[in-house]
Amino acid sequence: MHKFSLLDGLVVPLDRANVDTDALIPKQFLKSIKRSGFGPNLFDEWRYLDHGEPGMDNSKRPLNLDFVLNKPRYQGGQILLARENFGCGSSREHAPWALEDYGFRVIIATSFADIFFNNCFKNGLLPIRLDAEKLDALFKSVEANVGYKLKIDLEQQTISAPDGTVYKFEVEAFRKHCLLNGLDDIGLTLQHVGKIKAFETKHHAEQPWLFA
Amino acid sequence: MGAQTLYDKLWNSHVVRQEADGTALIYIDRHLVHEVTSPQAFEGLKLSGRKMWRTSSILAVADHNVPTSGRAQGIADPVSRLQVETLDSNCAEFGVNEFKMSDVRQGVVHVIGAEQGATLPGMTVVCGDSHTSTHGAFGALAFGIGTSEVEHVMATQCLLIKKSRVMQVVVDGVLGKGVSAKDIALAVIGKIGTAGGTGYAIEFAGNAIRALSMEGRMTLCNMAIEAGARAGMVAADETTINYLKGRPFAPQGELWGKAVAYWNTLHSDDGAKFDQVLEIDAAGIRPQVTWGTSPEMVVTVDGCVPDPAAISDAVKREGAERALNYMGLVANTPITEINIDKVFIGSCTNGRIEDMRAAAEVARGKHVAANVQLAIVVPGSGLVKLQAEQEGLDKIFIAAGFEWRDPGCSMCLAMNDDRLSPGERCASTSNRNFEGRQGPGGRTHLVSPAMAAAAAVAGHFVDVSAI
Ligand code: SF4
Repeated sequence: MHKFSLLDGLVVPLDRANVDTDALIPKQFLKSIKRSGFGPNLFDEWRYLDHGEPGMDNSKRPLNLDFVLNKPRYQGGQILLARENFGCGSSREHAPWALEDYGFRVIIATSFADIFFNNCFKNGLLPIRLDAEKLDALFKSVEANVGYKLKIDLEQQTISAPDGTVYKFEVEAFRKHCLLNGLDDIGLTLQHVGKIKAFETKHHAEQPWLFA
Repeated sequence: MGAQTLYDKLWNSHVVRQEADGTALIYIDRHLVHEVTSPQAFEGLKLSGRKMWRTSSILAVADHNVPTSGRAQGIADPVSRLQVETLDSNCAEFGVNEFKMSDVRQGVVHVIGAEQGATLPGMTVVCGDSHTSTHGAFGALAFGIGTSEVEHVMATQCLLIKKSRVMQVVVDGVLGKGVSAKDIALAVIGKIGTAGGTGYAIEFAGNAIRALSMEGRMTLCNMAIEAGARAGMVAADETTINYLKGRPFAPQGELWGKAVAYWNTLHSDDGAKFDQVLEIDAAGIRPQVTWGTSPEMVVTVDGCVPDPAAISDAVKREGAERALNYMGLVANTPITEINIDKVFIGSCTNGRIEDMRAAAEVARGKHVAANVQLAIVVPGSGLVKLQAEQEGLDKIFIAAGFEWRDPGCSMCLAMNDDRLSPGERCASTSNRNFEGRQGPGGRTHLVSPAMAAAAAVAGHFVDVSAI
């Protein structure tokens, strides 16, 4: 997993609530047995005018020029702004894979769906919750300023805007530690093999039918 | 220890290790696996050279990509086929118990887990699928996970999670005629919104819930995720225990008695504290129909398509406008005047025997309306299909002009060939009405099985409680 500490990235505003994972990456792309290559199909149905299928040459497909990702000023975006309940719906990790593959590293929204929020951290993506009011201000600033960037400092847990405003954000200590160090969860958990085995033995004795 | 909620009991009995910030390492008893979210996990395991911790905890099945007709010919789409074959070869390599496509026990993962008795009260159950919440109907802690977590569970039998808050949804009273668990679920989502349960596990309680069959409870818990709650739960009781008795994976003999004694403790204690309580009068719930592109965009069948102009919140208003535009609907249209093109009865929400019966009851002796091009009934599993055929339900459906298919996810998410064409309108018993969910440009209205069958017969939505 990538490490994450500091980012000075271009911001893309996606002004919609309840952006679901079906929209983030439509089901036909879930047939892949790989972890990479989903970026060109991120937001496929909103981004292209035709219907996408796996294996198509995406560079030849007609673009929906009204969709924010297709606007020249937002090319190379690394920070996505959205509204409430971002990432709702299916548990597909293909959604964060697609966001990451596209180049996003941070998503700032009023709220996130639980499974999606969790999946982000496993893939070096940082989801940040910010109150609606502050988000409103950011949406206004992005739209008003071409090339609008934000500085994200995970260590300090701050978002710094070009006008000098600094927003603090919350992140759980454990997740922060893993993201800062690019730690693999499985490796960390396996440091506790002894504890897991001891638990399993006790659990087996108490509810033997679970191990039949 | 003071009074505990069911969630507390399930949580406390699975904590392996607690981190200082409240994150805990939780032991997982049952791991359900399907073809879409597992290949990268198996691959990760192989690449890292790690072993699978407890292979016997896994039950695998292919469901999302499987065809629902002409199955003997195999899967035509090479990409879908590869995904299913990858599951087969991974399961063979790791010695995982898999129900193959040709097995009569094959079906939607959340239907077969319960049907086999592979989900038991008191268990922690996970699957790389958000509708894993279904299994909470057994008094289990069941929730969906991502593929990295699938790999994590395979390698460690554990997950790192934080404790949720708990919401109790109490439904008391008697449900009206034609009103089902699906309508309770949609009514709750309509009330609290699709983010209302975010950060929560929901326990459904009250005498209307007690009165539900296991099938109904599974429908309800299945939809908990559409309210934003990762887990839904119903306490174990007589209904749960009677359902499980004699199922292939359920304990037998002496162990059965021990298990039942433990399961009888799996309920929230009197006086247990919930972070939030929502009370609903069962008698007030009417058949529900969604009108938009999120399950919270729902009204009663006797209602009308709402007018966005009347919504004060700007983000919500724009969302409603966009939804009406996508759905091709005009504000203030009575729901019963909306004509449909297709009907889908099935999915992990409503693909169980009781759902088949409810739909057949409405379809009996009638015929699918002329304007409905296709009405399919897709049983949730091969065993549901068999049971339905033994009861003669297939004949009722076929005589009424429905197609009787083989089990799988089918038109719930249209990863196989069952899908809507752009602009087509569907009455569907599934769980998501997102844009493109049932096929690009397709328009989904979520309803109960009885409502879907009634819409098929009438060609438009009708109030089943009035039939
Ligand atoms: S039936 Fe639908 S919701 Fe259920 S597991 Fe299959 S695709 Fe997911």
